[in-house]
Amino acid sequence: MKNDMHPLVMVALVAAVTLLGRALPTWTLSLATVAASNALIALGIVVLARTGNVSFGQGLFFAAGGYGVALIANAWGLTDAVAQVIIGAACGGLLGLVIGPFIARYSGIFFGMLTLALSMVFYGALVKSTALGGSDGFNVGRPTLFGLSFADPREADFMLYAVSIIVTGFAGIGATFLFRSEFGLASLAVRENNLRVEYLGISANRIVSVNFAIAAVFAGASGAFALMAQRHIDPQFAYWTTSGEFVFIAVLAGNQSVAAVFVASMALELVRSFSNLYLPNTWQLVLGVFLLGVILFLPRGIGSLWIRNRRKRSTSTAKAPLTAERGATP
Amino acid sequence: MKPVLSVRGLEKRFGAVVAADALSLDIPASQKISLIGANGAGKTTFVNMVTGYLKPDSGSIALDGIDIGRRSPRSVARLGISRSFQIPQLFVELTAAENLTVAISGVGTRMSLRAPAQAQGRHDQAVELLSRFGLADLADRPVSELAGGVRKLIDIAMALVRRPRLLLLDEPTSGVSAEEKFATMERVIHAVAPDAATLVFVEHDMEIVNRYADRVVAFYQGRILADGVPSDVLKDQEVRRYVTGGVR
Repeated sequence: MKNDMHPLVMVALVAAVTLLGRALPTWTLSLATVAASNALIALGIVVLARTGNVSFGQGLFFAAGGYGVALIANAWGLTDAVAQVIIGAACGGLLGLVIGPFIARYSGIFFGMLTLALSMVFYGALVKSTALGGSDGFNVGRPTLFGLSFADPREADFMLYAVSIIVTGFAGIGATFLFRSEFGLASLAVRENNLRVEYLGISANRIVSVNFAIAAVFAGASGAFALMAQRHIDPQFAYWTTSGEFVFIAVLAGNQSVAAVFVASMALELVRSFSNLYLPNTWQLVLGVFLLGVILFLPRGIGSLWIRNRRKRSTSTAKAPLTAERGATP
Repeated sequence: MKPVLSVRGLEKRFGAVVAADALSLDIPASQKISLIGANGAGKTTFVNMVTGYLKPDSGSIALDGIDIGRRSPRSVARLGISRSFQIPQLFVELTAAENLTVAISGVGTRMSLRAPAQAQGRHDQAVELLSRFGLADLADRPVSELAGGVRKLIDIAMALVRRPRLLLLDEPTSGVSAEEKFATMERVIHAVAPDAATLVFVEHDMEIVNRYADRVVAFYQGRILADGVPSDVLKDQEVRRYVTGGVR
């Protein structure tokens, strides 16, 4: 525990990154907003992955959050960015609460495929729904913040950047507390041996359901950010390639560190932007090689770069020889 | 005396194999009962049915008069039956104390969102349980680094967390050397005594059975071959023929 970062340091870090936006060039603001938004949903995938389950269909909650916010914004003229994030999170979370208990009964590939199937069913419904703009989707207005509207594009970009960094940063702090908690420990136990968890009188399904709902809340909020950034929504939000991209970030990050998710998301956005700029016809190839490199050299994700070193240090100090009396053969 | 566990006409088949053939058994409180039998005799099937992992084809299982035959392992554990496993079922990426903490966190009605070290002294409780088995100094070691015998003891410690009415241990001394088996069993008996009044252990070592069991139930082809005090059961001709082989 002594190596864990103090919560105040985490809050200060979020504040520093938010203020850093004032010094960043405009093009990086929108890049960082997208990276933070993607990191938020990938963080949810990591939360869920700690129970041993990977969702290939987080696009479902991403789209639910986005569409929920877009419909309310257009119907009631609600443009406040914070309110939109809360609504997006609520839409995703409510859907996660409904689906979670049903899907928690499955594990492994069945779990992943079910989530994918549900997201594709939702995608199909959105494409066919003329009331929601069908495959073209529909537009929403520019977001405001606490009654302030931002006519200057740089100010508008900074506002969205700041809200996305603060929300994602606090979600990261929350996830850190979750990982360190008893509940987080029990989630890891479910991943390792869910039957043993049941034999201890603990509901493994309940633990998976709660983690699933948390991931859905993060995905819904992320959908709201994506909507605000693009000011347009369409069924692509729920498409499997969108979900795949979030899994891509989660794989890059690994499930050992919350900070790694943000680093991975930013790294992915940078690689994508620069490869798109300099190699416009082969940028997907560059992305593939990048992922391959991470899997080959950092199979436990980018987070293993610093988590591994920390573990090495703590094991070397804590290691006591096992006595022969215990017949120890480590 | 009213039995803690009462089993009546329990039957279980796996295709043509009869794993439990009209088993009836009463287990009174405060006894140490050993289940013996050759491989495939039905001991582990019996344990699996009592703990809810397998559902019997017919028959009844009652814990303190409550029917538990159709309940899940989680429900059975909450009612007061805990078990350890022949191959320890631990969370190998967690430390020994964290394994115990997971078990302890399941006892309350709500799992804490605080870190284990700050949650109502649960870490201390975990270390106390480990110290009963002489393992306190290994509390912060990952289970993946620990030897098989140590893992077995941690597995038993986890089963003790709920202070069960009935504790089932599946071969507590298997994998332990001949020199250490009595010391290990002494440690187990001593450690479980404050929390588990009634103990049922599956065992292949007749020296252990003879020394630690108050009562022995011998299984053969899903049936109970003999049931009584160790001195009588271990001398029984059928038990010697089908279970102990007359070797020990």
